[in-house]
Amino acid sequence: MATVREAPVLEVVDLSLRYQTRQGEVQAVEGVSFELAQGQSLGLVGESGCGKTSVATSLMRLLPENAYLAGGQVKLGGTDLLPLSDDEIRGYRWRRIAMVFQAAMNSLDPVHRVGQQVIEAIEAHRMETTLADARERVARLFRMVGLDPQLMDRYPHEFSGGMRQRAVIAMALSCDPDLIIADEPTTALDVIVQDRILRELKVVQQELRMGMIYISHDIGVVAEVTDRIGVMYAGRLVELGDTADVFRSPMHPYTAALMSSFPSVHGERLPLVGLAGEPPNLIDPPAGCPFHPRCPYADDICRTEFPDRSFRGDNWAACWHPLDASPLSEDRQNQDF
Amino acid sequence: MQTPMAAPNQTDGGQDALVAVSGLTKRFPVLKSLFRQPSSFIHAVDDVSFALAPGESLGLVGESGCGKTTVGKLLVKLLEPTSGGIHFRFPSRDANGGSGEPVDASEIRSTDLRAFRRQAQMIFQDPYESMNPRRTIYDTIAEPLAVQGIGSMTNRVDRVTEILTRVGLTPPSSFLFRHPHELSGGQRQRVAIARALVIGPSFVVADEPTSMLDVSSRTGIMSLMQELAQQYGISYLYITHDLAVARYMCHRIAVMYLGKIVELAETEELLRNPLHPYTRALLSAVPVPDPRFRRDRPDILGDLTLPIDPPPRCRFYDRCPVATDFCEGNPHPPMEEQTPGHWVACYEA
Ligand SMILES: Nc1ncnc2c1ncn2[C@@H]1O[C@H](COP(=O)(O)OP(=O)(O)OP(=O)(O)O)[C@@H](O)[C@H]1O
Ligand SMILES: Nc1ncnc2c1ncn2[C@@H]1O[C@H](COP(=O)(O)OP(=O)(O)OP(=O)(O)O)[C@@H](O)[C@H]1O
Ligand code: SF4
Ligand code: SF4
Ligand SMILES: [Mg+2]
Ligand SMILES: [Mg+2]
Repeated sequence: MATVREAPVLEVVDLSLRYQTRQGEVQAVEGVSFELAQGQSLGLVGESGCGKTSVATSLMRLLPENAYLAGGQVKLGGTDLLPLSDDEIRGYRWRRIAMVFQAAMNSLDPVHRVGQQVIEAIEAHRMETTLADARERVARLFRMVGLDPQLMDRYPHEFSGGMRQRAVIAMALSCDPDLIIADEPTTALDVIVQDRILRELKVVQQELRMGMIYISHDIGVVAEVTDRIGVMYAGRLVELGDTADVFRSPMHPYTAALMSSFPSVHGERLPLVGLAGEPPNLIDPPAGCPFHPRCPYADDICRTEFPDRSFRGDNWAACWHPLDASPLSEDRQNQDF
Repeated sequence: MQTPMAAPNQTDGGQDALVAVSGLTKRFPVLKSLFRQPSSFIHAVDDVSFALAPGESLGLVGESGCGKTTVGKLLVKLLEPTSGGIHFRFPSRDANGGSGEPVDASEIRSTDLRAFRRQAQMIFQDPYESMNPRRTIYDTIAEPLAVQGIGSMTNRVDRVTEILTRVGLTPPSSFLFRHPHELSGGQRQRVAIARALVIGPSFVVADEPTSMLDVSSRTGIMSLMQELAQQYGISYLYITHDLAVARYMCHRIAVMYLGKIVELAETEELLRNPLHPYTRALLSAVPVPDPRFRRDRPDILGDLTLPIDPPPRCRFYDRCPVATDFCEGNPHPPMEEQTPGHWVACYEA
């Protein structure tokens, strides 16, 4: 999966997002920057609550009331989306950027037939279509995600969890967007259906030269579907690089911890070891490197100053003491957590 | 971690099964569709039998839409079965440890439901399902305590704070007064877990409870659930699509396909020695965290099918890579014990 250098479809510069709560401001996204080329896919990984969904909803400009953007730019094909008016952004949403929400279950309207909801998405954004064309298109999308087209006329409560998730994937693809953000799109799917959908997604993505941001805690899947990978910790992007390189030799100690703690169904059943320590409180994040309270390599500078980026080729990590390029053991795939 | 306990017989569960299920069936009518007669039915759960011992975790895995959530909802009486029976034998709370009287689920009336909920809880696949968006996290978790009349006000605050810490929502003070939509997906899932566990139930249906959690948080939750199981003898029906999770959480695993349980065995036995062609396909399709690794195409034919009025033959027939003429002409195969404790429904196994 060589990464071809092309003009970026998406350029995120120094994005920061806060949520106001009674206890104080949650610093959900802090100075996040990355680029995405046409047809390229970027994985976003990191512990629960580290800000992955917040990055995604900022790109869609679908923020809850208590959120505010503290700075940054989100350029889609050169246009910064953040200053656009609500009317203007509506022209981008779904047609140019589409998202598969993490709460797939919740993003379908319970009182409308599932197929109808997808048809409405198509009609709202592709004026030229007739109803018959739209139905035909929905049937095709349904088949693609492994849903029987006769399910089009049924209601969301008649769908299983995974069926709803697949319907939402079909909806996100319905307008051929330039960029698709998939937030944990396969959490409710068994591995066979998941495998099939990921293959289909890959095909569509490459055919349409669509950019994709793939958020998942499932490192195995991220390894499979992404060209590049970004690791988030406490609202920050702490490592970014070519997926294969990052897997082979992570630079950031957090990335290394994340990757070595993957459970397996193959080989011996080893005891479970989670990452020691607590995830940081984003209302009052630790000074310096946010990972320092849990990092075995932390020293004085780590505790006081946010680390500069260290580079290795195209990859970088925000760490004062990045790990050596020595490859992790070859049999890592047989290791349990 | 625990070693698998002596597993009860697949169908009758012996005398001391906590939950014994026999011939459980649920059909949903297919109404007013453009394509079907209203006399068609989705056979969501079709003649399913199993038993769970006290303190045992049974994993339920299978294809999306095969009926796992429906089984779970039937077990906690959120749905009524079309036919079949469910019997509970909850530990009595006053007598120390002894098993209480057996209860036939169909005889639990709405007036007894409150007492039943004290014993049997469900963690929903969709964490929003158990949460009122207008309630704070504190109210959400304390609600079952209030409904059951457990603890004083201050005692409830302590319990909620403690369980928040144990599910990894720390510091609890920064979460107590938020609303469900002010949490990340995985944080919401942990609130749903806390809510189900806070009253100390005897039986929990956990429907994909950790699907949105990273490995590290998931490890913490899994240990918590296991500790509680050991401390209080909680039994889990653990629904998951993640076989690695099932491996750590479950003594035994049942594999479902289109409404039927097609294989059931102790966890390591099932992973090492899968007998049903569907189980084999499932195991071969597990992704591996290595970008150089390409998983093989799973050995399974055709497309997902809907269980609308399925023909009487083996439910897996249309997609089975090893099906024979015999399979085509005969009814769905019965569950048979191939080796002690390892049950499978397949003519070719
Ligand atoms: N509306 C909100 N108000 C206050 N805090 C919020 C809100 N939404 C999210 N948060 C907090 O912001 C942080 C980042 O949340 P986000 O949903 O982006 O995490 P995530 O990385 O997607 O996690 P997960 O993997 O669990 O879905 C979390 O700590 C969460 O509690
Ligand atoms: N209320 C309902 N009305 C009609 N059909 C239903 C209803 N609930 C479930 N079904 C159907 O029953 C079948 C089983 O659904 P169920 O939710 O039990 O599947 P599941 O195994 O939990 O799947 P997933 O892994 O995708 O959550 C599906 O075909 C579904 O469409
Ligand atoms: S900067 Fe220091 S504390 Fe942070 S990850 Fe690197 S070594 Fe660890
Ligand atoms: S009974 Fe026949 S069709 Fe069914 S799983 Fe076994 S071999 Fe395949
Ligand atoms: Mg999220
Ligand atoms: Mg389900």
